[in-house]
Amino acid sequence: MQIDWASFTPWSAVIGGVIIGVAVAMFVLVNGRIAGISGIIGGLVRPTYPDLAWRAAFVLGLLVAPVIYARIALLPAIEIDANYPTTIVAGLLVGVGTRYGAGCTSGHGVCGVSRLSPRSLVATLSFMAAGIATVFVVRHVAGF
Amino acid sequence: MSPDSNGPRVYTISSFLAGLVFGIGLIVSGMVSPTKVLGFLDLAGKWDPSLALVMAGAIAVGAPAFLLAALPDARHIDRRLVLGSVAFGVSWGLAGFCPGPAVAAVGAGQMKALLFIAAMVAGMLAFELAERARSSIDLGAQVVDDR
Repeated sequence: MQIDWASFTPWSAVIGGVIIGVAVAMFVLVNGRIAGISGIIGGLVRPTYPDLAWRAAFVLGLLVAPVIYARIALLPAIEIDANYPTTIVAGLLVGVGTRYGAGCTSGHGVCGVSRLSPRSLVATLSFMAAGIATVFVVRHVAGF
Repeated sequence: MSPDSNGPRVYTISSFLAGLVFGIGLIVSGMVSPTKVLGFLDLAGKWDPSLALVMAGAIAVGAPAFLLAALPDARHIDRRLVLGSVAFGVSWGLAGFCPGPAVAAVGAGQMKALLFIAAMVAGMLAFELAERARSSIDLGAQVVDDR
């Protein structure tokens, strides 16, 4: 293993992580809920009418975050290497997978691990391992 | 446990703020950029450990809050959980996008992120239809887990 020192950004990573932690802590203490993005959006797809307001509000907050950030500082570059077909396939599979697996990086990875949920630990290890295996195959076996 | 969603508007406002702060954290951490995420998943190449520090920072602040909130937890570990998570991990490794950063990237005006989110919602709809078809056959207890 070789660390990519040129890309590694330890300080912004920790500070960003702490800010995410503040959001998650606030959400569980005030709303009594887990800040899991796939669960929040998945609930918008399932029409349980009274739940729509807070779910839509969370997504709206996430959407306007870069708009507000850009007014204060320069928005970091967003680089997307995947082509259009890959983007669509990945999106579909993320939608199905996160619903069957009942969570994603936020719900299982941050919130679930924070509360030492055995279920979330298993889920997090599963998607991390699958993600690492996929990148290995794509970059080092298929050679894209 | 969770407050009544018909309750005070404060829950809608706090939800908006939580989403906003979450999004700011994602931007600061650099995780909105898929190449950064893929750099973490590429253990065999040049490895960027940043994502691990993002999770560590978030968990360090989140853990005491969850301890205080003491939410009940679903405990069953089954095939659905593992296979669903593996499918998510594969697609995460394909494009470098997971749901939160993708939504924030849409807000930053990225067309590919919008396409990703549209496909993701389609995938979630497919899941809902499959679940509805299943529950009309099997009227057993339906597990609704929300993360």
